Amino acid sequence: MFNYLKPNNLLKIINKTQKFVFIIFLVIISIGLVEALILSPEDYKQSDSVRIMYVHVPAAWISLGIFSLIAVLSFGILVFKNKNLSLITKSLSPSGFVFNVIALVTGSIWGKPTWGTWWAWDARITSMLLLAFFYLMFLLSWRVTDDEKKAVKISSYIAIIGLINVPIIKFSVEWWSTLHQPSSVNIFTETSIHASMLLPLGIMTAAFALFSLLIFLMKYNTELIKIKNKGLDRL
Amino acid sequence: MYGKKVKLRAIFILSIFFSLILIVFLVFKSLEENVVYFKSPTEIKDLTELTSKKIRVGGMVKEKSINVNQSEVNFVITDFKNELIVNYSGSVPNLFEEGKGVVAEGFLKDRNFFTAVKILAKHDENYMPPEVEEAIKESN
Repeated sequence: MFNYLKPNNLLKIINKTQKFVFIIFLVIISIGLVEALILSPEDYKQSDSVRIMYVHVPAAWISLGIFSLIAVLSFGILVFKNKNLSLITKSLSPSGFVFNVIALVTGSIWGKPTWGTWWAWDARITSMLLLAFFYLMFLLSWRVTDDEKKAVKISSYIAIIGLINVPIIKFSVEWWSTLHQPSSVNIFTETSIHASMLLPLGIMTAAFALFSLLIFLMKYNTELIKIKNKGLDRL
Repeated sequence: MYGKKVKLRAIFILSIFFSLILIVFLVFKSLEENVVYFKSPTEIKDLTELTSKKIRVGGMVKEKSINVNQSEVNFVITDFKNELIVNYSGSVPNLFEEGKGVVAEGFLKDRNFFTAVKILAKHDENYMPPEVEEAIKESN
């Protein structure tokens, strides 16, 4: 089905949605920042430094989510040899990598006042650093070879292998003793963040997701233009 | 529905994926000792031989155990089964408090005494405004 989508038609759709997504993003991030920085209460223990959470946690979630998505799509690329899917994974990766780095940096900034250290080689932090390296390998796989087909193959394998790391990141705080605290937002068990703090967390997550979508659309747009310029009528 | 080649490729990639999961699992299983960031006082008690290497011990700071004199801090790390007395000179992080999590990095003197060179605060997963904490305290 994807193979018959013409780049020209896709480009038109993307150009329209891009503006739309950008406007919604601006609205959501403004509400999110006001909530996170001004309206939400300070924490009983950490006081104002808890506000770092509203950037740190959404960034980590989004980077994990994007990597998982890339890995699943990569499986599709390798099995079905779908060209369009490889353009999608390639376009998804930059924002995932950026959010991964943001999660690491804000975590470090948060760690100093609360834990008393910038960095700890515990299971959560180390596995998150490993994810950043997987992202880096994924991004670099297009640079190390000029052969497009080869790059798609290498990057897809990197994503699938890196997927093993994702549950390790998620459950590291439960499986091993770590300096990092266990997760506060849970689907199956009780959530241990007060509702007044959960709200900005949710809004910021939505804002970061929209930002990723926006960057994805811009990048995907560029990839489609490249294809169009090569004179290919369809993907 | 799909061709034979597609199925073969799917099986090939899935088998790579699952064997790698198995390898990772086995590696972590054998490295368990090194993956944990700190040991509990109980694990210290159960050590067959004391190490002279730098280690980390974690647990709760026992209630009413912090004792500050001049530049020295003494406190007790507990996991509610066993305890370890910690001696430390230096500044402690903001979140270091009685009844809260702590990780001490340093050297064992014996099974009961620990000389820390660095104190890290380990905080829990609870986040709430101060008013809510007051309310919870009152209802208890």
